[in-house]
Amino acid sequence: MRNVSAKQTQKLAMAGIWGGGVITLLLLIVIIGYVLIQGLPGINWEFLSTNPKGGLSGEGGILSTVVSTLYLIGITLVLLVPIGIGSAVYLSEYAPNNRLTRIIRYGIETLAGIPSIIFGLFGYALFVTVLSFNFSILSGALTLVCLLLPTMITTTEEALKAVSYSYREAALALGTTKWQMISRIVLPSAIPGIVTAVILCIGRAIGETACLYVTMGGSAAMPSSLLEGGRTLSLHVFYLAMETNAMDKAMATAAVLIIIIILINALTNLLAGRFQKRLKGIS
Amino acid sequence: MTEYNFNGQNCRGDKIKAKNLNFYYGSFQALRDINLDIPGCAITAIIGPSGCGKSSFLRLLNRMNDLIYGSRIEGTIELDGKNIFDRDVDVVELRKNVGMVFQKPNPFPISIFDNIAFGPKQHGKKSKIELEEIVESSLKKAALWDEVKDKLGQSALALSGGQQQRLCIARVLSVEPEVILMDEPCSALDPMATLKIEDLMRTLAKNYTIIIVTHNMQQAARVSDTTAFFMMEPDRAGSLVEYGSTSEIFTNPKDKRTEDYITGRFG
Repeated sequence: MRNVSAKQTQKLAMAGIWGGGVITLLLLIVIIGYVLIQGLPGINWEFLSTNPKGGLSGEGGILSTVVSTLYLIGITLVLLVPIGIGSAVYLSEYAPNNRLTRIIRYGIETLAGIPSIIFGLFGYALFVTVLSFNFSILSGALTLVCLLLPTMITTTEEALKAVSYSYREAALALGTTKWQMISRIVLPSAIPGIVTAVILCIGRAIGETACLYVTMGGSAAMPSSLLEGGRTLSLHVFYLAMETNAMDKAMATAAVLIIIIILINALTNLLAGRFQKRLKGIS
Repeated sequence: MTEYNFNGQNCRGDKIKAKNLNFYYGSFQALRDINLDIPGCAITAIIGPSGCGKSSFLRLLNRMNDLIYGSRIEGTIELDGKNIFDRDVDVVELRKNVGMVFQKPNPFPISIFDNIAFGPKQHGKKSKIELEEIVESSLKKAALWDEVKDKLGQSALALSGGQQQRLCIARVLSVEPEVILMDEPCSALDPMATLKIEDLMRTLAKNYTIIIVTHNMQQAARVSDTTAFFMMEPDRAGSLVEYGSTSEIFTNPKDKRTEDYITGRFG
């Protein structure tokens, strides 16, 4: 009897696990499919190659918002990734297990849970006002760095900690310095996890609206420098949906946004693969 | 204790001398008053029941215990007459000189070639030809060359357990150490692979000083020249009970506890 019930439990569990998987996949397909079906007809060369006209009409294309988004993501990553990896390496490899470290770690975890608009207000106060970067892509990027650092650090630290201790021992026992061990063995082995961290951050950066609204402004004009304001794709979707009647354009913009996310993820994976091979000296 | 069963005869004398060695993890004493002279170009086995401090002792010899927060050492360990805990000793140089093979084979998740080339590369050897020579000679010394020479570019993780362990030995040899520490190197291997490693150890002992920690008394009896028997004292600190030539320890132990252990009465 016991056997039968154990088997039934297993069947039930399997059904639950499969069900969860199928629902997740369906949701993904439905959302992406809906946006693409609604949005793709609105995408044409004119839409991609002209700037939004601004105002309440919703007329015009999305060129400047794509450029602003890519600028913003680029600057954010250039600052975020080295600082994030550096902090994670410190916490996972160097920081002694004492009270200060625990406080730092607790602080990072707390920061990760703070709503993004709070970071927006902070960015507005510090970058826009005090440092006089005004409403600009730079202010937005710096705010995003603050917002995303906790995620970047904790995810990277997890990836570093997942690297087997036996690799570290083996490297040190060969007479490498600690830094050689970290840079040649630990970091390369952790690259898949670090890529996950970067992709997570890119995803959040692309999706942010509120905290960018108060640091980048919402100018639809083409930015000519980092110190000029801009409007990201997400922000543009928000504008189009809430303040104009151009729902078709909102959907088309959303479709472009999704395509860009997929492309960036693919590119990140490709680069990480190359980088990992080079670090390990396989290429 | 002057008659050692040497293999090579080219490096007579004691390579390593532990004097009045005490070792603590925090307030817990792991080793007490160890005095042990280890002969050069020979195999010394360290045997004893679990928790007797034999691995702790082994890991003092290349200062791997430095990594453990709160560990503390009293006494000295001399390598060629120089105390390895002296301030002017560079631990990186020491570990280059005193290599280590671990219990579980731990090749890096990279190619066979890169596993062997890793150490020399980090120590500044960049020329491809030189690295190729080192890889080939190290693999030959570790009796692995013939099995892997056609697949040096493949991942080391694709090798069998025994091959992985010989790869780890080759990796140690690549940085030209004089001493090789082995921490239960065969405990994860099948009998055939174990035999191969033991054969290899006998060959290597002509030119290297090998110290092996093992749970397997037959292995200690088969492979080693001298044997040290460690045991826990009532407060769980490890101490050296008896040390001598392997044949003496296994056929005519002086201490009752050694006899009880090797005849399988405990442990």
